[in-house]
Amino acid sequence: MDGVHDMGGMHGFGKVEAEQDEPVFHADWEARTQALYRAMSYAGVWVIDQARFTREQLPPAVYLGSSYYKKWELGMERQLADLGLAGPDELAAGHALRPGKPLKRKLSAAEVPTIMTRGLFTRPAPKPARFEPGDRVRTKNIHPKTHTRLPRYARDKVGVIEALRGCHVFPDTIAIGKGEDPQWLYTVVFDGRELWGDNTEASLQVSIEAFEPYLEPV
Amino acid sequence: MEQKTEQKTEHHHDDEHGSELSEMQLRVRALETVLTEKGYVDPAALDAIIEAFETKVGPHVGARAVAKAWTDPAFKQALLEDGSKAVLALGVINRVGDHLIAVENTPKLHNMIVCTLCSCYPWEVLGLPPVWYKSAPYRSRAVNDPRGVLADFGVALPADTAIRVWDSTAETRFIVLPMRPKGTEGWSEDKLASLVTRDSMIGTGFPRQTSEVV
Repeated sequence: MDGVHDMGGMHGFGKVEAEQDEPVFHADWEARTQALYRAMSYAGVWVIDQARFTREQLPPAVYLGSSYYKKWELGMERQLADLGLAGPDELAAGHALRPGKPLKRKLSAAEVPTIMTRGLFTRPAPKPARFEPGDRVRTKNIHPKTHTRLPRYARDKVGVIEALRGCHVFPDTIAIGKGEDPQWLYTVVFDGRELWGDNTEASLQVSIEAFEPYLEPV
Repeated sequence: MEQKTEQKTEHHHDDEHGSELSEMQLRVRALETVLTEKGYVDPAALDAIIEAFETKVGPHVGARAVAKAWTDPAFKQALLEDGSKAVLALGVINRVGDHLIAVENTPKLHNMIVCTLCSCYPWEVLGLPPVWYKSAPYRSRAVNDPRGVLADFGVALPADTAIRVWDSTAETRFIVLPMRPKGTEGWSEDKLASLVTRDSMIGTGFPRQTSEVV
């Protein structure tokens, strides 16, 4: 979706301000939010692209005005309500008002070391890759109202396939409950001027990780 | 489950110090209580996740890989060919996700990592991302004004060093292999690792120079 989360190239957000000696978490609730998210992922209630899409659908002013972990927390509340796993009435009451539903599994402390890594999204390829390194491609001019990982600034642009990165779960379908639909993934590199025009530094290059359905041959 | 909820509530009372609870403290407490009472999560597992993020993963992991790459050409080649496999072989962490990709800085090319759409980051090797990495200023400007972003960090590249920005739009994750500081010939891997900053592995900084640590 063409939401405010898709920030690449936008103006007006100001300087990058780094915090010296930044702690891992700034408050206990941030840590609990991160942990709750991972424990519920382990329980099989959502996958990463569904969680991302939910955050993207927060009202723009809420998205821009909320801290990172507040967005996570609001996203979780919404997903839990949508999935019928915990209602707004229960969160308002601060206690369960109905029994829980059976989930796939429950994370124990002993299993935590096994989940301290990113999920695995590579899948067997249903068909050969359409492109190979060196191929020139044009990204499609798509504007789905649903989740996509093709950023706006890199749509309808000509780039070069730099690398093939295997076959992966397709975020655009899994995010909306339409299955994994595995797709080939490529690193596609663009000249800065193709993306941003002639006032851009000539030597700048920007790459995205593009799923095959985003690309067409030039 | 009920018993654990009670313990959790007690625990939370300990860290209030009598101050008013913020909206987010209250919301997250309610969320955790409800999910625990429903039997979905075990607070002990949540504690263990937080401990792992605070103590196990962090830039020290990436720094080991960088320092080894600086001293061991075979490892450097392995790291650039398959970052996941090479970092796993280091033995500092026992799991590395697929498609960790190391990209090498040279005098002619400077790499910088961003996630314009959210917050994708190689957290197994760098820990959780800093707030600025997830912020609108960085996500918006890294792809069209990387030199300006570097200036925000007080970093200036030579004009003839080209910049390559990697937007992490999928589950592939990137780590920058920065250039080895001058004057470190003969240094041990441990000592070299102490020069490797988190930002140097994101591409928004350089490793510490020898003058900063000796």
